[in-house]
Amino acid sequence: MTGIMSSRTTVIIGVVGLIAVIGLTFVLEPFRNYQLATIAAYLCAVAGLTMLTGVNGQLSLGHAALMACGAYCYAFTANGLAEQEIEGPVLLIVPIIAAVVGATVLGLVIGLAAARLHGPYLAGVTLAFVIALPAVTSRFSDVFGGDQGLWITVERRPEFLAGRGGTEMFQAWVAIACAAVVVVLLRNLMRSNFGRQMRAVRDNEVAAALAGINVARTKVIAFTVSSAAAGIGGAVMAFMTQSASPGAFNLFISLFLLMAAVIGGIGTLYGALWGSILLVVLPDVIGSITRGLSLSPEVAQRLDGNLAVGLFGAVMVLVVIVAPFGIQGLVRKAGHQIRSRGSLQSAPHPK
Amino acid sequence: MTLRRNRALAIVGAASVFALAACSTNGGGGAAEDVPGVTEDTVTIGTHQPLTGPAAAGFASISAATSAYFDYINDNGGINGRQIEFIVKDDGYNPANTQTVVRELVLEDDVFAILGGLGTPTHSAVLDFLNENEVPDLFVSGGSPTWDQPEEYPWTFGYNSEYTSEAAILANYAQEEFPDGTYCMFGQDDDFGDDFEAGLLEILGDDGLAASERYSVANQDVTAQISALKAAGCDVVFLASINGFTALAVGTAAQLGLFPQWMSSSSGGDYGTLETDYLQENAPLLLENFISTFYLSLETNENDPWVEHFQMVQDEYNGGGELGGNEIFGMNMAYMFAEALAAAGENPTRESLVEAVESGAVDGTGIVPLGYSPEDHTGNLGVRLSQVKSGVQAYFGDTYIYQDGEVSVYDGGAVPFENEGIPTAE
Amino acid sequence: MELERFIFLTVDGLARGAVYAAFALSLVLIWRAARIVNFSQGAIAMAATYIAFVVTSMTGNYWLGLVAALLGGAAIGLIVERGVMRFVSPVNPLNSVIAALGVLLVIQAVVGMLFGNGYYPMAVPFSQEPLPWLAGLSISAYDLFVFVCVAFVVLGLAVLFGKTNVGLRMRAAAFSPELARLLGVRSTRMITLGWMLASAISGLAALLVIPTELGLNPHATDLVFVYAFTIAVVGGLDSAPGAVIGGLVVGVLLSWVSGYLGATLSPVAVLVLLLAVLLIKPGGIFSVTKERTA
Repeated sequence: MTGIMSSRTTVIIGVVGLIAVIGLTFVLEPFRNYQLATIAAYLCAVAGLTMLTGVNGQLSLGHAALMACGAYCYAFTANGLAEQEIEGPVLLIVPIIAAVVGATVLGLVIGLAAARLHGPYLAGVTLAFVIALPAVTSRFSDVFGGDQGLWITVERRPEFLAGRGGTEMFQAWVAIACAAVVVVLLRNLMRSNFGRQMRAVRDNEVAAALAGINVARTKVIAFTVSSAAAGIGGAVMAFMTQSASPGAFNLFISLFLLMAAVIGGIGTLYGALWGSILLVVLPDVIGSITRGLSLSPEVAQRLDGNLAVGLFGAVMVLVVIVAPFGIQGLVRKAGHQIRSRGSLQSAPHPK
Repeated sequence: MTLRRNRALAIVGAASVFALAACSTNGGGGAAEDVPGVTEDTVTIGTHQPLTGPAAAGFASISAATSAYFDYINDNGGINGRQIEFIVKDDGYNPANTQTVVRELVLEDDVFAILGGLGTPTHSAVLDFLNENEVPDLFVSGGSPTWDQPEEYPWTFGYNSEYTSEAAILANYAQEEFPDGTYCMFGQDDDFGDDFEAGLLEILGDDGLAASERYSVANQDVTAQISALKAAGCDVVFLASINGFTALAVGTAAQLGLFPQWMSSSSGGDYGTLETDYLQENAPLLLENFISTFYLSLETNENDPWVEHFQMVQDEYNGGGELGGNEIFGMNMAYMFAEALAAAGENPTRESLVEAVESGAVDGTGIVPLGYSPEDHTGNLGVRLSQVKSGVQAYFGDTYIYQDGEVSVYDGGAVPFENEGIPTAE
Repeated sequence: MELERFIFLTVDGLARGAVYAAFALSLVLIWRAARIVNFSQGAIAMAATYIAFVVTSMTGNYWLGLVAALLGGAAIGLIVERGVMRFVSPVNPLNSVIAALGVLLVIQAVVGMLFGNGYYPMAVPFSQEPLPWLAGLSISAYDLFVFVCVAFVVLGLAVLFGKTNVGLRMRAAAFSPELARLLGVRSTRMITLGWMLASAISGLAALLVIPTELGLNPHATDLVFVYAFTIAVVGGLDSAPGAVIGGLVVGVLLSWVSGYLGATLSPVAVLVLLLAVLLIKPGGIFSVTKERTA
């Protein structure tokens, strides 16, 4: 399926894309920059999930809780540093590293259990995990701040960004940088020998074991790496909103992450990108449409949010039944068609 | 080959990015002058409210009443010739949603100020954001002392009587009336519960509570907590709960055969809400003798010109129906903002709005004094106690204020009704 | 005092556990019929409860509402199975989980659009106050009603699968669809029937449990589903008696945890229990199957 891109082209495209997106932050309204940053934060987690589910065949509904773990680790570290009056790049970067470490450790623990579970069982356990999160934060509210969560001291925008919209621009930069790192690392991992092992385990565990692959080890590592990515996503969220609270990482977020991965095209990083964009843009577009319809406030209230969720759900079902490779599959198909029309020699690729 | 496909990808990517950029150009809002949200003939403000979720049934009527009162003012010429536009956003009582909707209000809708953002956990999440962006954050609906930090949060002002004051005044009354009671508390597991408990202990002493149980908004089964109160032999239970959980507590207690003297914070003690939205026909029986607090007119007040006035606005602008504590709360909120706006000058700025509040130009319509000054951003300084008798919640006894650890009687009287309830520049 | 509290917590746990058991039974039914863990079961039950709520509000009659919940649940089960799940490729078991989650989102969104996301208090047909002639046990008339309903469901299913022709065919279709088809059983129809039956039962369970909480809302069954899933796993997804016993045991356990350790901890207790059972005895405590594959 996947044509191996020459790595040089990928690098060029990646760098050009990155520069374009960062350039974009200079022209966007502050709220759009905030949305851009949100897309980047989701992308971190969705990319990790799409690798876990699409490439390794483990379905997790607990990634919201792993994001929460990242967010709380970020909060503890950032607040601790701020208490020592440490600022600057340290306050920016060290909490993110702490978030990765925290989420990795938690991911390892869950991954060890997950390696023994299949399909719906893993989904059910991780579902219980995400449901238990508010219970934990509420039980130990002196540590986690209960439903209210924690307030975080974050590194402020640099001085030259002072003024309206500067904070949002800075947030977008940090978020995009994190997402870029996650995507590059995951891409390399998925293309490495380990990527092949993950696919082999997904397709047939017995065959993979016979081929000398350590199935349990592969699954545990995949879950741990995926958790680390979710942790970074949570850290970026915490940085953007200056808070970590259980409500920000509820079951709905887990479902949204899965939805983004599936609709975008499960198992591909481009798919994760499309899905993350859709997660942020679609509700916004629907919101502006319903506002334009001059509905009664009560009807608008009901449509707000719900319409987007319903559409997401319906599309997800359709994707599973009709177009298992999601948006990225369609994009690729369109690409094939354009190409075969362009050059007479190249025959259409058989599927 | 691959390059071409990548180009196709890049084009799609670029297209979606520019679609995003295109969206952003029409989000500006277009203020005539340099002040966000203020034009020649309008002032746009916004709020975050729980219109859905576990807190909704109790509180959704507040912003409707505020909107209705603004409609009334607008129909009578507005303030300084400007119509007030009030944008209400739903946050579902979830701090994470509050973050998003308040950013929308400030960055996308360019509101002049935030008015009456509801909830302690929710509003705490946007406190720094609003102050950093220097957005007036007026009359926060929640009794946390957090709002009163003029040094750190110069743009934020409180509204409710603080939880500590309410608790202290209730505890003071309980000691007078039920000196031999076993005192207990049932509260929310956040600052609301913590502050309220601190206020109780201030009066009752550190070992003044025989039991103190907490609930989490996410978990609607309170059987275990209530059975613990029963086990502790409580006969006076202080409530630091939002309306829905007051109803759950009282209902569950009756199921378990526990019938204590309830003494509730104003935040969850509105009889009308408890009856209409939760307890229905069981309300008069379950809530008989229920004591609560409030600092505004009660709809059961006789010959209160404010109540008559609010009822008129309710009938003409809010679809009629019974006037309740939430409606009075919401309309008073609108009146106070109008007072501040009127005093902020012909061409209001965010700075002049805040100065107007600090100058003491805002009196509200309530029964206790307001604390606003450059050094103090507290809202209502005290409360009066109310009790339910045969399904009617009415005030009784003195009005109290709580300052510097002391409960004292306030005899200043209520704010007089003037100019058909439309504030003018004084 | 301590003993009284213990009895109270135990009885309260049994009453809740009975409802969870009924819910878990619905998961077992679908698992046995289609080898699918239906993650949309909670949403189906919630939607059925809304139907009951509308019927009861319009007619003022609780019992018509109860019938509506059963019929409505069955109808939604029919639509979900015939309209969606049938078309999902069984090659990858994750597909059915993802499709069911999509259905869950659609149902919650549709209900949210029709009724708003607010809470509706629900009436119960019997008093929830403790019965005086059972003093000390803290059993209310409503608790008794719940027990009777669940007992009715359990007995009904036992008779259906043990004594009737349809039940026999359903078991055959679930046991070996191909073989059953050769023997003249219309397996696909039996699968649909399983979905309808399961959805009706989960609708009833939701109708019984929601009035004991704050009120009906689009997320009223989220937590209940997690409890039911845990119970189904503890009991063994294949085992109906396992679901019933598991339901009662888990109900009491949760009640003790929330009573003695704090109410907020019960979801954590569920997680621990679920993990413990899956890691130590992956087949469930009451299941005879040795290894479970999904």
